[in-house]
Amino acid sequence: MKEAARPAIVRSRGARVVAVVVLALAAFPFAVADPFYRQIVVMTLMYGALGAAWNLVGGFLGRVSFGHAVFLGLGAYTTLLLLHKLGLSPWLGIPAGGLIAAVSAFVVGRPTLRLTGHYFAMATIAVLAVAHVLMVNWSWAGGAVGLEAPIANSVWLLLFRSRAPYYWIAAVLALLTLWATYTLARSRAGYYWRAINGDEAAARSLGVPAERYKMLAFVMSAALTGIWGGFYAIYVGFVDPDSAFSLTLSIQIVLVAILGGVGTITGPWLGAALLVPLAEGMRVAMGGSGKGFDLLLYGLAIVLVSLFLPRGLIALRLRRGAAPG
Amino acid sequence: MLEALATGLFNGLIYAAVAVGLALIWGITDVINFAHGDFLMLAMYVAYWLFTLGHVDPTLSAPVAACVLAFVGFFAYALIIRPLQRAPAMIVILATFGLGLVLRQLAFIAFSPDYRNLPDTWLSGSIRLGDISLGRPQVVTGVVALAMIGVLFKLVYRTRWGRALQAVAEDRLAASLVGIPSDRVNAQVWMLGSAAVGVTGALLTSFFYVFPSVGAVFGLLAFVAVAMGGFGALPGAFLSGVLIGIVEALTGYLVEPAYKTASIFLIFLLVLWYRPRGLFGRW
Amino acid sequence: MALLQVDKLTKRFDGLVANRDVSFAVDAGEIVGIIGPNGAGKSTLFNCIAGHETPTSGSVALSGAELVGRAPEAIADLGLMRTWQIPRCFTAMSVLENTMVGALLRHPNPASARTEAQRVLDAVGLEKRGAARAGNLNLAGQKRVELARALATSPKLLLLDEVAGGLNPTEARELVAILRAVHARGITLVIVEHVLEVLMQLAHRVLVLDFGELIASGTPEEVVRNPAVIEAYLGRKRDA
Repeated sequence: MKEAARPAIVRSRGARVVAVVVLALAAFPFAVADPFYRQIVVMTLMYGALGAAWNLVGGFLGRVSFGHAVFLGLGAYTTLLLLHKLGLSPWLGIPAGGLIAAVSAFVVGRPTLRLTGHYFAMATIAVLAVAHVLMVNWSWAGGAVGLEAPIANSVWLLLFRSRAPYYWIAAVLALLTLWATYTLARSRAGYYWRAINGDEAAARSLGVPAERYKMLAFVMSAALTGIWGGFYAIYVGFVDPDSAFSLTLSIQIVLVAILGGVGTITGPWLGAALLVPLAEGMRVAMGGSGKGFDLLLYGLAIVLVSLFLPRGLIALRLRRGAAPG
Repeated sequence: MLEALATGLFNGLIYAAVAVGLALIWGITDVINFAHGDFLMLAMYVAYWLFTLGHVDPTLSAPVAACVLAFVGFFAYALIIRPLQRAPAMIVILATFGLGLVLRQLAFIAFSPDYRNLPDTWLSGSIRLGDISLGRPQVVTGVVALAMIGVLFKLVYRTRWGRALQAVAEDRLAASLVGIPSDRVNAQVWMLGSAAVGVTGALLTSFFYVFPSVGAVFGLLAFVAVAMGGFGALPGAFLSGVLIGIVEALTGYLVEPAYKTASIFLIFLLVLWYRPRGLFGRW
Repeated sequence: MALLQVDKLTKRFDGLVANRDVSFAVDAGEIVGIIGPNGAGKSTLFNCIAGHETPTSGSVALSGAELVGRAPEAIADLGLMRTWQIPRCFTAMSVLENTMVGALLRHPNPASARTEAQRVLDAVGLEKRGAARAGNLNLAGQKRVELARALATSPKLLLLDEVAGGLNPTEARELVAILRAVHARGITLVIVEHVLEVLMQLAHRVLVLDFGELIASGTPEEVVRNPAVIEAYLGRKRDA
C-alpha cells in the first residue's frame, strides 16, 4: 500500500481523483446523449469492476483464476431464474446472485485453494467448463438456448425500456465495488493476503490463518462478480451458457486487471478504461464482421501487454525502490 | 459397448498425440502452451486448403502441416516465449492464451466460422473388426498417432539429443554449464511439439469438422491429459490421453452423450484436488 | 512450570532419524543456545517445535499447552515465534508492511498495527528504512526485517534460526545489542547459532545436538570444554 511511502498530501490526491471521476460520471449522461457512448461507459465500469473483484484473488492473493466468469454466470442465472420462476425482483435477485456465487466459491474453494500457480489456474478453468456443460444440459434453466429477461418498464423490476437507468445502476455498483475493494485492501485482510502471496508458510508462522483468509478473498471476489453477473443479466437482457460461462470472458477480466496493474486498487479500472472503448470502437469501425476483430484486438493486447507491460499501466508511475501500492 | 470402447481407444490415441506434444513443451521449457489447441486448428486448415485447392490428400499433407507448424512453433518461441523467460508464469500463460486467441480470430476472419469438412479422402470408409465397425480415418489416425508417439518416446528417451532434453528439463542452469545450449533445445522442443500437433491435425481433417474454435476442445482435453499425467511426464500424458478418450466414449455410451466433456473435467478436478501430482507423477 | 517443555521429541523421515528423544526445558527469561555440527537436526527441531513439521513422537508444550498437532498460526497465536535460516521476507512489500503483518496479530486494526510496527522498527534500528521494499535489502537487512516482524507479534518465546549467519562483525555486534534489548523486555530466546561469538555473549545455557541427539547441556564455558562436544565437531582423534 502506498500509505507507507507517500506523504499525506498525495494520499488525499487519490480521494480527489475519485471525486473528479464521480462528478464526471454524474455529469456524463447529461452531456452526452448518444446511447452508444453510454454503453461504452457502462461496459467500462463493468469490466473495471470485474477486474477489481478478480484482483482480490489474482492480484493480492496471487492466485490467477482463469475461470472467474463462472461467478458471473451464476449471478446472472440466479437473477433471471428468480425472476422467471418466482417473480422475484432483481432488487433481491442481484444480491441473491452474489450470494449464490459466494456459496459456490466456498464449496469449490476448499480443495481448489490448496493449489497454486498453474494447477490453480487449470482448476478454475475446469470448474468453469463443468459449469458450462451443466448449464447447457439443464433445460429447466433454459439449456443451451438460455434465458431472457422479460420486457418491462418498472423500477420495481429493475427493467427499463430506456437504457438510461442502467447507467446509474452501473455507476452505483461500480462505486460500491471500488469502495469494497479499497476497504478490503487497506484492512487487515489486504495485508494478510499479500503476505500469503509473498510466502504462505512464513505468513502462517506469523499467525496468519491462511486458509481462512484465502477463502475470504475467494468468496468476496465471487460475491462481487456474482452481483455484477446479476447486473449483466438485466442489462443485456439475456444469458446463455456460451456468453455467461465463457473462457474468453474470463480472460478479458484477467487482461483488464493485468493491463491496469495487478494487485493495485485503481489498476483494473484503468485497464478497462483503455481496453473497453478500444474494443467497442474497433467492433463498430469494422462493421458487420466486427465480432472477430474485437476479440482479435483482445488477443493482440494480451500478447503485447505480456511482452511489454506485465506490471501494467500502473508500473509506468511507480518509483523504483518503493513498494507498489 | 465394445464399439464404444474401441472408438474411445482410438479417440484417446488422438488426444494422447496432442497431449504428448504439449507435455513435451511443458516438461522441457516450463510453459503451458495455451495456444496448442489452436496450433491443431491451424494444421487442420492447412490440410483442408491443400485438399480443397490442390487435391492433396490429408495423409500426404500431414508432413507439410508438420513443417508449417514447426515454423509456427519456432516463431512462437522466438517472439513470445523466449522474451518472457524471466517473467512470472502467469504472464507467460496469458501470452500463450493471447496467441491462441489471435490465431483463432485470424482464422475466424479469414476463413469464416463455417464448419467445413472433407468429402472423400483416401481414408474414407469403415473397417470391420468382428462385431465392431469403426471409421477407417479414425483408426488410421489413431495408429499413426501411436506410431508418432512411439517415435517421440524413442527420441526423448533413447537418443543423445533426448538426454540433452531431459537435462534441460531437470536443471536449465546445470545443463548450460555442461554445454547444452538450452535456448536451442527449447526452440527445438517447440518445433517438435508443434510438428507433432501438425501431423495429428492434418489427419484429423479426414473425419472431423474444421472450424476456427475446433482447437478449444482438443486443447482443453490435452491440458487435462497433461495435468493428469503429471505435468511434464510424457508417458503419463500418453496414458491419460488414452484414458480420457475411453472415459469420454464410455460416458457417452453409458450415461449420456451430453455429459461426455463434463465427466472428463470432473475427473480432472478430482485429480487436481486430491492428487495434484497427477495420476502418474513426473518424468 | 517451564515456558517451553520439549519431551522426548523424535522426528523420523523415512529411514533417517533427524531428531531422537530430544528433551529439554526453557524457563521464562532465559536465553538458550543450541549448537551442533551441520546436519545435527537443529532446523528440524525448530520446525517441529514451531509446527511446520509434525514430530514422529514426543511432545512440545508452551506454558503447559501442547503444541504438537497445532497449525503454525495457532502456535504463533500462543506466543511462539520463529525466524528462518534463509530470510523469508515478503519481498514485494515494504519493510514497514512486513512488520505490520506481524503486528496485526495482536493489533487487528491496521492503524494501530502501523504504530506498533514503527515502534518495533525503531527498536531494531530500521526506523529509516520503513518504506524500502524488503526484497531490495541485503542479507543482514532482511534478517533484521524478519526479526522485527517476529517481534511485532509480541511473542513470549522467540526461536532464532542462525540469525547471525552471514553478518560482518559490526552487524553481529549490533545484533547482539538488539537481542539483549529484546531479552530485557521479557522475551525468552532460543537461538540456533553457528557464530559462536554471538552465542557465547548471549546464552545463559547451551544445548548441543549431534546426529539428532542431545549430547551436552550447560553454560557456554562448560559446553565448549566438553570432550563429547569437541569430538562431535572435530571427529575422534585417530591414533597414528
